[in-house]
Amino acid sequence: MRMSPRLSQNLARAVIWASAVLVIGLLLFILAFILAKGLPTLSWDFLTQNPSDMGRGGGILSTIASTLFVTLVAVVVATPFGVGTAFYLTEYTREGRMTRFIRFGAESLAAIPSIVYGLFGFIFFVITLKMGWSVLSGGLTLAVMILPTIIRTSEEAIRTVPKMYRDVGFSLGATKWQTIATTVVPSALPGIVTGIILAIGRCVAETAAVILTAGSALQLPTSLFSPARTMAVHFYIMAREGISMERAYGTAALLILLILVINVAVNLLVNRFVAKGR
Amino acid sequence: METEPKAKLVLDHLDFFYGDRRVLRDVNLSIPENGIFAIFGPANSGTTTLLRALNRLSDLSTESRSTGRILLDGKDIRDPGQSVTELRRRIGMVFDVPVPLPMSIYDNLAYGPRRSGVRDRATLDAKVEDALRRSVLWDEVKDRLDAPATRLSGGQQQRLCIARILALEPEVIVLDRPCAALDPVSTGKIEESLQQLKERITIVIAPHSIQQTARVSDRAAFLLSGSLIEEGPTSRMFANPQDSRTSDYLTGRFG
Repeated sequence: MRMSPRLSQNLARAVIWASAVLVIGLLLFILAFILAKGLPTLSWDFLTQNPSDMGRGGGILSTIASTLFVTLVAVVVATPFGVGTAFYLTEYTREGRMTRFIRFGAESLAAIPSIVYGLFGFIFFVITLKMGWSVLSGGLTLAVMILPTIIRTSEEAIRTVPKMYRDVGFSLGATKWQTIATTVVPSALPGIVTGIILAIGRCVAETAAVILTAGSALQLPTSLFSPARTMAVHFYIMAREGISMERAYGTAALLILLILVINVAVNLLVNRFVAKGR
Repeated sequence: METEPKAKLVLDHLDFFYGDRRVLRDVNLSIPENGIFAIFGPANSGTTTLLRALNRLSDLSTESRSTGRILLDGKDIRDPGQSVTELRRRIGMVFDVPVPLPMSIYDNLAYGPRRSGVRDRATLDAKVEDALRRSVLWDEVKDRLDAPATRLSGGQQQRLCIARILALEPEVIVLDRPCAALDPVSTGKIEESLQQLKERITIVIAPHSIQQTARVSDRAAFLLSGSLIEEGPTSRMFANPQDSRTSDYLTGRFG
């Protein structure tokens, strides 16, 4: 017997609504759970003091600094290469074996578990290049890890730019690079930045790759070659070693807030920058 | 005796291929200076390819290949000494859909001059105003030059595209079905501004209809499946076509 159109319509609506409610509910539950457990720990001292007694006392200032530092290195290194590769794939070459190979490579890289990147970074940056456990080793490892994300999202963003912009640019006597820089880049920028935000999120939240390359030292990093413990690593260690669940939750809550702040800030920045001319 | 007007553009045994597909077949054509020259024909006759070949936009498509010559003022546009960007400033192009760049009206107009190195604000202002006046858009936009160009109506956008090219003071303007997406009123305005522009500029247009060909052009060339069938003064061609295919197309027997 066939379902009446009306019934199937209602059923579809119910299923779609249920999945949305379930997913959003789960997300809110996790957020509320962590914030409820973590927020009471947050205090001015917690934010501005370095950890003491292996993390049992003091605050988490050095881990906040390490997180920002390592992430900054990763993003600064990966963005030009990732965005450059995306422009190469979309604007500077024709579809062929080469582009398929690069895309396949990038997708394979994206599927590798982060612990493997950690191992690679440990062997290559830490030992072979003698960078030691450091902000630089950790940042470079994360850079390799987020490269596929940046390439992929940038490529998608560039593809959505109307093809006609190129014709217009050329027919007004602009060179290829002028055309790309003045029409394609501004239009693709919001999409590219979204990709970078995703990448920042992955860096900030990463533990496995960082613990093997940046180490887990508690001092405030003072140079690219200082060892560093990021927030994610810190609360992993706090929880794993049973040092302080309270402090683990506090760090986690702050990590969530940090990601939120970065997202909002970057979005505001892009909107302000791109709002002109729309 | 009537003196022959100077030829602005000459197509000399032009063949054009996309991969194995031959899109233009041995086209020989002389386009006189100033006035409006229409290139018309049914869909897939090669008109777009021919127009895009004039400022070498067709070079951009991969797999495209051509033989023969295109002469601008007697010089081959594919001469190695000829700068492509310079050529495109001399031969402007308007497309079948208006494409305002995602920036302000002013920046759209100043786009070409800026790329050619004009930085002085007063010079840019003058160029922008002059171009907008010549495309009969000035009165409609003079108070909102900083507004995004995308907010203009379709007809205004297309006049903006014409103005954007005028700001480069081109010698030739190529228009590929410029009114295909526009209403009759906007179309009328564009045709009106073309009539003024043709005094000083050579205009090559692929009209979107036979009627427009008759309305706007001084001379016309009929293209069918990539071959040039007939060329001559528009009034003569419409009154007394020399080729039976031309008369069949003009009377609506096919196409």
